[in-house]
Amino acid sequence: MSMIEFHDVEKYYGDFHALKDINLTIDKGEVVVIIGPSGSGKSTLLRSMNGLNTISSGKLIVNNFDLADKKTDINKIRREVGMVFQHFNLYANKTVLQNVSLAPQLVLKEDKAQSEKEAMELLKLVGLEDKAQSYPSMLSGGQEQRVAIARSLAMKPQALLFDEPTSALDPEMIGDVLDVMKKVAADDGMTMIVVTHEMGFAKEVADRLVFMADGEILEDDDTKSFFAHPKEERARQFLSKIINH
Amino acid sequence: MLSILVNHWPELWSGLLFTLGSSVLALIGSLIVGTVFAFLEISERKWVRIIGRIYVEIFRNIPLLVITMFFYVVIPMLFANVNGFTAGTIGLTIYTSAFIAETVRAGIEAVDLGQMEAARSNGLSYLQAMVHIVFPQAIKITIPPLGNQFINLVKNSSVLAFVAGFDLMYQGNLIASTTFDTSNTYLAVGLLYLVLTLPLSYFMRYLEKKWA
Repeated sequence: MSMIEFHDVEKYYGDFHALKDINLTIDKGEVVVIIGPSGSGKSTLLRSMNGLNTISSGKLIVNNFDLADKKTDINKIRREVGMVFQHFNLYANKTVLQNVSLAPQLVLKEDKAQSEKEAMELLKLVGLEDKAQSYPSMLSGGQEQRVAIARSLAMKPQALLFDEPTSALDPEMIGDVLDVMKKVAADDGMTMIVVTHEMGFAKEVADRLVFMADGEILEDDDTKSFFAHPKEERARQFLSKIINH
Repeated sequence: MLSILVNHWPELWSGLLFTLGSSVLALIGSLIVGTVFAFLEISERKWVRIIGRIYVEIFRNIPLLVITMFFYVVIPMLFANVNGFTAGTIGLTIYTSAFIAETVRAGIEAVDLGQMEAARSNGLSYLQAMVHIVFPQAIKITIPPLGNQFINLVKNSSVLAFVAGFDLMYQGNLIASTTFDTSNTYLAVGLLYLVLTLPLSYFMRYLEKKWA
């Protein structure tokens, strides 16, 4: 069963050709890591999967919904496909507990007590149950990002999109966030698509690696063979640069 | 000045009440109308944005007195009679709402775009994201400039004097023209405007601190 399918997808920002002839299928339960130099279209690709970016042409099917179809209710897709951002984007006017329990209350119509109970369990999972009453401004970046993951999980999504989740963090915070992401990946039913430069995480957790450059998918291979012998010269260069720095 | 205040207190008090009434009505009205046009200005639909823009650009670029005169003179020729108080208050509401629309729009746009994106990605509708996440943060940012608009509004209500709106300025003009004690009359009138605006000023500062 496929979770996400791109068929001949193109994306233009004015004259800039951001995504070129993208064909990609991601199955349910798969963990896919997308890598590539900055400006290669990784984030654009990821953000199109929950409709934060629209596509210019082609076909994009997410969880059996056609994103290009105007009749598709994008909110329904977003209930099933969560997103974790580089800059966390926690709700600044809400406490940690409210951040996690708000969408279940408003969207899934859970009652307050139930949603807060579930939120506390998720905060425990990410190791932050003692911060439930804090505001995001009182947390460190790593803590914020773990709350953001809990917030996405609270909607019980089928898929989670991670847009460079550790790029804005201090080095000593990265491990905690990656540990939480590994816990999420351990759930076999969860589809995860992760844009990251954390090669250790990719090696350990990813089923597949997708390498992008200049808006194209240059290589799409299972993790072992990608790291053992990348076929594309640009992928080889990229790997040697980020592994040997 | 004291003798003016004592001898003409009934007129001044009545003027103060008319000014207060007009200000409160226009404040509520312009806050509602201004917020509505702020949302038109940030709509995803271009033609809606254009409607918002046209409204704002027309009414913030025409003098308040002209707008008020329009309602006082032109509307009665076309439709029903309006008295000075009504014409002045409508003019004040529309004029101020154009500035409030810009203030609220700027406040909403000052909230990090990531807040809206996160809320939408979390499954919230645009309206839910606006009501629960973006607008509450925007209002906080908007409090200091809104305070300026509200104070301006109270002072601008003196436009009622030009259309026989029985406000404080109107009464002041009458008193000055009968007593010929111009300087003391306008000192008294100025003092009474302060009685209205200073508490408002401090109230806005209080809100700013409370919600910070």
